[in-house]
Amino acid sequence: MTNTSPAGTSTADRAPDAIAHAIRLRVFEHVLRNDGGYLSQALSAAEIFAALYGRVLHLGPVVGPTTPRPFPGVPSATNPDFESGGRFNGAPAPDRDRFIFSPAHYALVLYATLIEVGRLDPDALDRFDEDGSTLEMIGAEHSPGVETTTGSLAQAYSQAAGIAMGRRMKGETGRTWVMMSDGEFQEGQTWEALSFASFHGLDGLRAVVDANGQQCDGDMRTVGSIEPLAARIEAFGCEAREVDGHDLDALTAAMTEPGDRPVLVIARTDPTRGVPLYRERAPLLHTLRFTDEADKARYQQAFEQLREAR
Amino acid sequence: MEIVTRPHVENFIDWAADRPHVLTLSADLTNSCEVGRWRDTYPERFISGGMAEQNLLSVAAGLAREGFVPFIHTFAVFLYRRPYDQLAMSIAYPNLPVRLVGFLPGIVTPGGVTHQAIEDVAILRATPNMTILETGDATDVETVLDVTEQVDGPVYIRMLRGRVPRLFPADEPMQLGVSRELSSGDDVTILTSGIATEEAMRATQALADRGVGVTHVHVSTLKPFGDPVIEAAIARAKTAVITLENHTIVGGLGSATAEYVADRGLGTKVVRLGLRDTYAHGASTPYLLEEYELDASALVRAVERELGQDLHITEEELAEHDVVPAGDNVNAENL
Repeated sequence: MTNTSPAGTSTADRAPDAIAHAIRLRVFEHVLRNDGGYLSQALSAAEIFAALYGRVLHLGPVVGPTTPRPFPGVPSATNPDFESGGRFNGAPAPDRDRFIFSPAHYALVLYATLIEVGRLDPDALDRFDEDGSTLEMIGAEHSPGVETTTGSLAQAYSQAAGIAMGRRMKGETGRTWVMMSDGEFQEGQTWEALSFASFHGLDGLRAVVDANGQQCDGDMRTVGSIEPLAARIEAFGCEAREVDGHDLDALTAAMTEPGDRPVLVIARTDPTRGVPLYRERAPLLHTLRFTDEADKARYQQAFEQLREAR
Repeated sequence: MEIVTRPHVENFIDWAADRPHVLTLSADLTNSCEVGRWRDTYPERFISGGMAEQNLLSVAAGLAREGFVPFIHTFAVFLYRRPYDQLAMSIAYPNLPVRLVGFLPGIVTPGGVTHQAIEDVAILRATPNMTILETGDATDVETVLDVTEQVDGPVYIRMLRGRVPRLFPADEPMQLGVSRELSSGDDVTILTSGIATEEAMRATQALADRGVGVTHVHVSTLKPFGDPVIEAAIARAKTAVITLENHTIVGGLGSATAEYVADRGLGTKVVRLGLRDTYAHGASTPYLLEEYELDASALVRAVERELGQDLHITEEELAEHDVVPAGDNVNAENL
C-alpha cells in the first residue's frame, strides 16, 4: 500500500475522541485475540496518544509504505537493510516535531494509534507479536513509530534531551516530544535527565506522562511512591502541568501552551477507563491474563459493551 | 626516549578545529581528563553533564542521532560500570558514533578499586557493535582520534594522560586493525597493549641480549581482534604466546588471543599475564605493577618458564633498559 497518511498536515483528520475510542477497541480486540496482554496501557493512555497524533504533533508524512516490512536485522555497520521505525512518524525536519516513545511495552497502543491516524495499514496488527515481525510486543527502533530503543525504561527522556539539544545547536524550531510512563520516575536516570534539561534550558523538550498509578507489582503507592510528582518535577527546575488525562481539551491545552522551561504534562489516568469490569483485577493491572474460557467470555462481553458505547 | 606532557590537550584542540560536529561531553572531570582548555577554546561545543553518567550517555546518543560526534571524557570506570545499560541500549545497539574516551585504564591510578578500570575490555568486547582501541604511548594518543573516523559505530578508547612516553615514531600513526611489530624472533611471541608495552620493551631488550628470539607486538585495536601482524606473530612462536595486559586476564587481550588460537585449532600455548581475577588497590603504578606481576620482571620469568631455562636477568639489568629516564616514569598524577 502506498502512503495514505495525512501528507504534510500537522494532525490527523479524525476527531481525537474518535481516535481514542478506536485505540481502546483495537487494543482490546487484540488482547482478546492473543489470550491476554497489555490492556490497561491502552485504557489509560488512549486520549494521550489521540491528543499527540490527532492534535499536537507536527509530523511529516510517512516515509515509504504504510505496510511494515519484516524484521530487518539489528543496526550495525554491516547491515545496510536496517530501517528505522521512525519513518512512520515522517522524515525529521527543522520545523517539525519529533516523537520519542519511552515505555516500549505500550507498543500495541502506539501501533493502534498509527493505524487510526492512517500511518499504518489496518491489517498490520495481524503480525503483532509474531516471529519475524517488527510489530513486537515490546518494540525497539525497528518497530513502527519507534525511533529510539527504550524498553529499558528511563533512557528515552535523556535521549530526547540529547536530540533536543542537538536540534537547538542546529537552529531547529520543532519540538522534541517524549511519551513517558509514571513508573519511570522511580528510576534515578529520569531525575538526572530532568536536572540536565532544566540546567541547559531545553525549552524545546516536552513530555507527556501517563500517570496511571500502576506498575508490574501493582498500585504504585504500595510499590514505591513517586508523589508528589508535580512538586518533585518543579523542584528539579522543570514545569509540571497536571491534568485529567482523559480530558482531550485539557490535555491539548497543557501540551501546547507556551513555556520557557522543559514542560512535563502529568496526565492523571484510569487504567480501567472504558472497561469497568477490569477493576476486579486491581491492583494487578499491568497485563491481563484470562483464568479460563468463562473469564475470557466476560471480557468478550465487556468488549462488546465498549464497542457499543459510542 | 622522549616523555611528552599531556599530549591529548593541544592535539584534541587542533584536531577539532575544522570538525564542527565534534562535541566534548564531560561529567565533572574536565581538567582531570585534559579537556579544560578544549572547553575554553570551544565553549559552544562543550556540554557539562555533571556527575550523572547514565543521563550523559543517553544524551550523547541523542546528539549522535542529530549528526554530532560526541566525545565523552571521563574516567573509564564511569563509562562502562555505572551506566552499562545506557551504553548498551542507547549507544551500542543503535551503532551510534559516540566516542567513549576512558581515562585511568587498569592500575595507572592511585585512586584504588573504584577508579581502576580492570575489566572494561572484557565487558566491552562482549558488547556488540563496539570497537575498542587502547593507547600505549604519545603517538597512539595523538593519532587515535583519526582512527575513530574510520569506524561506523561507537568506539571505546583506553586513554593515557599526563606524562606519556613516546615509544613509537611520531610519524607512524596508530592504524585501525594494524598492530605494531616491535621486535622479531622465533622462540617466543609476546603480545602487549597499553602501558604493558613499555614494560615489555624493557624485558625484550634484556631477552635479546641473552639471544632469545622474541616477536613482540603492540596491539592497539582490541576489538575487532586478530589482524595480520598478530596472525603472523602467533604463527612463528616456537614455544608459546605470552600476553601482558593492564587488565584482568579474563576477557581482555589474553582471552582474545586464546580465542583466536582456539578458533583456528592452532594448538599454540597461550600464557596470560595480567591481574589474575582480582581487584587491586590504591598505590603507585610501579608498586602495583610489581605487586600484581605485570612488570618487565614478571614477563622475563614467564619467558624463562616457557623456555625451561634461567636467563639470569637481574632487576638492575632491566632498569638499565628503562625506555624512559629513571625516576621519570613514576606516574604521580593526582585525581
